[in-house]
Amino acid sequence: MKNLQLRLTVLILFAASAAILLAADNSWLHKVPAADRARGNPYAGRPEAVSAGGNLFAQNCAQCHGVDAEGRHGRPSLRSERVAHSTDGELAWLLRNGSLRKGMPSWNILPEPERWQIIAYLRSLPRDNSADAAVPHP
Amino acid sequence: MAQPMRSLSALQRFYSRKPLNTRHNPLLRRCLCSIDARSLFSTCLLLAAVACATANMARAQEPPYFVTYSEALEEPGNLEIAQKGLTGEPKNSNAFYSATFELEYGAKAWWTTELYLQGQATAGDSTIFTGFRWENRFRILPSEHWINPVLYLEYEDVNGADKSVLEVTGHDSIADLQGRNADGRGDVSRTMEGKLLLSSNPKGWNISENWITEKNMMGGAWEFGYAVGASRPLAMLGNGRDCTFCRQNFSAGAEIYGGLATVHDFGFQDTSHYAGPTLYFNMPHGPTLGFSPQFGLSSDSAGVLWRVKASYEIQQFRDLFRSKEAR
Repeated sequence: MKNLQLRLTVLILFAASAAILLAADNSWLHKVPAADRARGNPYAGRPEAVSAGGNLFAQNCAQCHGVDAEGRHGRPSLRSERVAHSTDGELAWLLRNGSLRKGMPSWNILPEPERWQIIAYLRSLPRDNSADAAVPHP
Repeated sequence: MAQPMRSLSALQRFYSRKPLNTRHNPLLRRCLCSIDARSLFSTCLLLAAVACATANMARAQEPPYFVTYSEALEEPGNLEIAQKGLTGEPKNSNAFYSATFELEYGAKAWWTTELYLQGQATAGDSTIFTGFRWENRFRILPSEHWINPVLYLEYEDVNGADKSVLEVTGHDSIADLQGRNADGRGDVSRTMEGKLLLSSNPKGWNISENWITEKNMMGGAWEFGYAVGASRPLAMLGNGRDCTFCRQNFSAGAEIYGGLATVHDFGFQDTSHYAGPTLYFNMPHGPTLGFSPQFGLSSDSAGVLWRVKASYEIQQFRDLFRSKEAR
């Protein structure tokens, strides 16, 4: 009887883990709720926000995405068409939640205004069309 | 991990036993003199300095807590090197300084692993290595929620002379800080510790609550403890200028923690509790420095514990081990 219980427990744990992993494997863009997608950047286009966002990017993001945001060591470029076509709300959602399975941590520990400043900085970067084919997406 | 643990146990046993008679063996005496607790920490600090010199550094992004844990994990691939210091002068005992050397590594975006090496020096007594801890933190949910849970699992191998007070559980009290090193170092305990870390970030604040459960594998009852912290950066907006002493580089808060006795006598009876303000200074492209005076709240607590912390985050430490082609 104990053996059966043990097997059932292992089976349930395995099934639950598999379900979580399968659910987590979707692209982060599909997970963004409509309300978050529609959010606008309160600091969009402000030069001081772009400048501050550049500093924050250098301190927190450049380690993985490169000083020029073109991606490094197989991590995605942030000058890609995909990022350019994402809304500010979608990028804000990604910064807040991360994409843990793909290696992108949550940056919720940064104050929300600072996260918006980073997005303002990303919007100021020139687009690199070749980036989409070169490296994987987050 | 098993091999380093065995090595560390051997190291701890080495420090825990009685001194060898080296009077007639100058070579042995020279060797033993060169391996004391201070040189162990000096070596660790030297290794840290070498690693820092060869890698990018950055400020650590974490709320200003010394005991409480938040949801913040180490970024994957980053290595944080930290030194946590604690000093105090318990009633009827000598002043002490406890040093904890930490190596915290982001294994995954959802998993952080950390090794602690601990020692302490007590005035009029001695300087000793007191043990090690290996902790792992796992983020349970894949996305952010109003409350974010993180699971914490730790193995401790420390002796009775440990004065790090990295957490308070069970009936931990001022008596643990008053003993002589010679009496405590032979009393080695191997403990499993679990924590449920809950953390929220409403309107720029961080509020974290920890529930601590501890069990000595060598016997004894389940012990419990708690830690609660709240903090906030002094400014919510980044600055376009590359300034060192801007308000956004500082974060302040407060924390309170203490023991909740054991499974047999759960409650506040004969337990110690501390509370105090905390302050972190995140130097841009440099270390994070922290300071906190923490005040005893019960008759079983020490009067005041002074905590300091210095940490460096080496960005993408794992890239140092990749070939140039892979980079």
